Order: sequence, then C-alpha cells, then structure tokens
Amino acid sequence: MPHDHLSPSGHPYREDNDHPITYWQRMEIAVRELMIEKGHFTSSEVNAQIEAMDARSPANGAAVVARAWVDPEFKTRLLKDASAASLEMGFDIGPLHLIAVENTKEIHNLIVCTLCSCYPRNLLGLPPDWYKTRAYRSRAVREPRKVLEEFGITLSSETIIRVHDSTADMRYIVLPQRPEGSEGMSEAELATLVTRDSMIGTGLPKRP
Amino acid sequence: MARRKMSERVRVKAMMPPGHVRTPAYLRGKTGVIERPLGPFKNPEQLAYGLPAPEKQLYRVRFTMAEVWGDQAECPTDTLDAEIYDHWLERV
Repeated sequence: MPHDHLSPSGHPYREDNDHPITYWQRMEIAVRELMIEKGHFTSSEVNAQIEAMDARSPANGAAVVARAWVDPEFKTRLLKDASAASLEMGFDIGPLHLIAVENTKEIHNLIVCTLCSCYPRNLLGLPPDWYKTRAYRSRAVREPRKVLEEFGITLSSETIIRVHDSTADMRYIVLPQRPEGSEGMSEAELATLVTRDSMIGTGLPKRP
Repeated sequence: MARRKMSERVRVKAMMPPGHVRTPAYLRGKTGVIERPLGPFKNPEQLAYGLPAPEKQLYRVRFTMAEVWGDQAECPTDTLDAEIYDHWLERV
C-alpha cells in the first residue's frame, strides 16, 4: 500500500497520537494523580464527571425553551433569572450566570463570544466548531445580517438584531419564537422543534 | 452596590493595558447605555493569574452598531450588548 496516509476511500487516516505528551498534558496527569493520591476524589469520580459533561446536549436547552413556550409564569422567571429557572428543571448552571434573551416579531438575538468561546454548555453541551472560529467571532459582531443569511435566515430591515457578546461572567441562551402551527403540541413535542442553532440565534425552530 | 443606573450613558475607557482583559478592543472608546447591572464579580485581570482579585461591579452595556462601526455599520440601529466591568466605564 502506498505510504500516503489515505484510506481506500480516499480519506486521510487520523494520525495515531504517538508523539510525546505536551507540558499541559503532563501537568494535568500530575495534578489528577496527586489529588487522587491525597484522597480528594477517586478516578471513577473523575470519569463520572467526564461522562456527565459529555452527556449534556441541546436537548437540555430545548426542554427549557419548550417549558417557557407552554408556561407563561416559567417564561417570566426564565427572563428574570435564567440560572434559577433552569435549576427548577434540574439543570444546574454552576457558578456561571445565565441570561435568556427573547426573540419576538421585532427582535432577533444572536450570541457570540468574541474573546474566546463562552457558551452555555450546561444547557447546550459542547459548542459547535464554527462557534469558536475567528470568522464567526469577528463577523457576528461586524456583519450579523450577512452571517445570518449564510445560516439561512434573512431578516427584514424592520427586525432589530441584538448581538450579545459574552465577554465576562454571563452565558446566554436565545428563547426563540414559538413557531406557527404548533398550537396543539405538548411540551415534549415542542422540545423536538427546538434546535441548537435556534438557541444560539443562528437558526430558527423547526416548523411542525 | 451597583452605582450605575439603567439607561445611564457610559463610555468604555480607551486604554490598552496588557494582560488578561475582558473588555473587547473593538468597544474601547465607544459610548453606550447601561442595559442592566449584573452584580459584583472577581476582577478577571487578577483572577486569571491566581492573584487576590477584588470584586468589581459588572454591567451589560448596549451599543448601537452605528456607534461601534460608524458609517461601516451593516444596519446602524442594530445593537450590540457586552459585559463591561465598572473600572472600564466612565460617565459621559
């Protein structure tokens, strides 16, 4: 087989991680092993935490949005203090503070973190790769309408776009508009309409 | 206690200190209004280095795109909100 790192399908193989570990990888292993040795936690607790972090997904945020669509009092609490409202549903935001911003007929909200990649992971899981790119981070504040068009959303000039740059201790989630035609749907059915991007502001909920 | 009130006009200081600063460069020198006070948070400019970090009041400040980008703004009345610490704000 030619040594060209391509699989028979033409795609490159993923390189094996045979290279020496980096300074920070060494540091992480050293600190973790010390903490385990000193009895602060066990390796199975570390693993359980990683599993819990990996299990977070946009389904958490979708459940919160669907609740806000069917329960006006919950929606009021969510817009007032999104961390506390999410906790009511069992989603612990941790030490960070969550702000929910509401899309209306007049206002469309878009979330970005220009400085790094701040993202409401507890509700949405890991951020998509594009969220962390320089292109999205710089363009979302500079030309949000063009960015939204590339995501398939064309807004009229009547609609005000509010871009939220997560520069410090807040995290943001967009409360999208409940789609037309969803009147008879249950909370659980509504949650299936709520996409990850609709909670970042780069998408709209699915139509029923 | 938050000492700035909602809707108060503020300018982001145009200074450029080195270090871990959470005030985006594109907003320095720009004028906006306080959207809401957020409460006290440890100053990341010390916190990031493991130094004793005094609490600073944090605010959400709302800017118009016209203010941020001038004639180049895509839509001048669209807005941009960012969290800015008190010591980065000055009264207009």
